[in-house]
Amino acid sequence: MASRTYQTDAIVLRRDDYGEADRLLTVLTPGLGKLRVMAKGARKMTSRKAGHVELFTEVRLMLARGRTFDIVTQAEAIATHRALREDLRRGSYAHYLAELTDQFAQEQAEDAALYDLLSNGLVWLCDARDPALAARLFEMRLLSLSGYRPQLMRCARTGEPLEVDQAAEGADVATAYSPAEGGTLCARAALLARDGFALPRSALMLLRVLQTRELDQLDALDVPEAVGDQVERALRRTFVYTLERALKSTRFIRQVEGAES
Amino acid sequence: MPSLPRSLPPSVTRLVDALSQLPGIGPKTASRLAYFLLRAPPETAASLADALRDLKARTRLCSVCLNITEADPCEICSTPSRDRGVICVVEEPLDVTALERARFGGVYHVLHGVISPMNGVGPDDLRIRELLARVAEGRDGVPVREVILATNPTLEGENTAAFIARKLSGSGARVSRLARGLPVGGDLEYADEITLSRAIEGRQNL
Ligand SMILES: [Zn+2]
Repeated sequence: MASRTYQTDAIVLRRDDYGEADRLLTVLTPGLGKLRVMAKGARKMTSRKAGHVELFTEVRLMLARGRTFDIVTQAEAIATHRALREDLRRGSYAHYLAELTDQFAQEQAEDAALYDLLSNGLVWLCDARDPALAARLFEMRLLSLSGYRPQLMRCARTGEPLEVDQAAEGADVATAYSPAEGGTLCARAALLARDGFALPRSALMLLRVLQTRELDQLDALDVPEAVGDQVERALRRTFVYTLERALKSTRFIRQVEGAES
Repeated sequence: MPSLPRSLPPSVTRLVDALSQLPGIGPKTASRLAYFLLRAPPETAASLADALRDLKARTRLCSVCLNITEADPCEICSTPSRDRGVICVVEEPLDVTALERARFGGVYHVLHGVISPMNGVGPDDLRIRELLARVAEGRDGVPVREVILATNPTLEGENTAAFIARKLSGSGARVSRLARGLPVGGDLEYADEITLSRAIEGRQNL
């Protein structure tokens, strides 16, 4: 017979008010995938659990099996990510990471790699000089993890080398990128791709860096705004193609970026 | 959701449907309330109906603090003894009630929500512009000395406070945040007056 209580690490992806003072949490766990659990009395100021089950907190939970939802009996925060609370931009990107993760996570299915990625991603958002770049790194890692790693070194359709890599050093040759074809295309294949668009050399280089480097190396780069925007657009289109839907929080982030400036 | 038996007269179904829209009330509770009203003396239902009609007909937002009021400006904004130089910014009208119990002596500004990507609420959807104008202009010759950001100690509440603090930097007013004594993740509405008055006294500059 299954035990009535169990323990798991978890990251809070969503929380919804429930009843008078309870909260229904959607959490990601390494061993059990996505779970919906109930934190009773979490909105009360006297609740000792509340601070430990706040959004995007990484927390060790003790859960009791319940009829509809399992119930949080103990909660101890492992990482609270203060910077996400004190900065609207970082906080908004955290919503975006959580929304993306929610799309890829399965219920009741072990996925320690996805858990580790989100756990790292939230730390990146706190530490990065520019949270937007941390979000790009997270996106690229998520694509790799879920089997959609874009081909960026050669033509995704023909396997031919890219013109940009054969051109003279410094020559700004644009390369076609197609989410449907799964990455960069040679000039010939680009003619056949329906959703292809041009990536300037600098944007392609940044995408490659995102695929191969760590945050501290990325953070040292001075990325011109236009290049950041092109990379953002390329990855966003890749996710829209992969998920077959747009994400709510991308529109929101654009609003926040506009209002903060 | 379990559907109601088809034998119910439409007037009952209509009330059950309307009650089910209320927060925290499911179809079961809604049916129980509907049957209670059905059996209660006619005055009970009539006074409830009147109260509901007046709620919308008589109330409006105070043109100064945007709290819900019958008279404009509201009672708090028109009391001369209250310090108009100190504005306490809250998420919802219910938070004003909580802070009044803690005997706060300044005036309020109600945002009517918090910045929340999950609910699609951005900075432009809240009454932030009105706050910035209020701080810039002062009232009746009284300049605003301090803005206390009393949004909930949740992620959205903290994010909203951080955003407003940035917008107010350079306004000349001191910007402060309720003391950290309030537990993270809680709802101001549920705080007792002792905790709240301590949080006001211990407020920190942002
Ligand atoms: Zn008022």
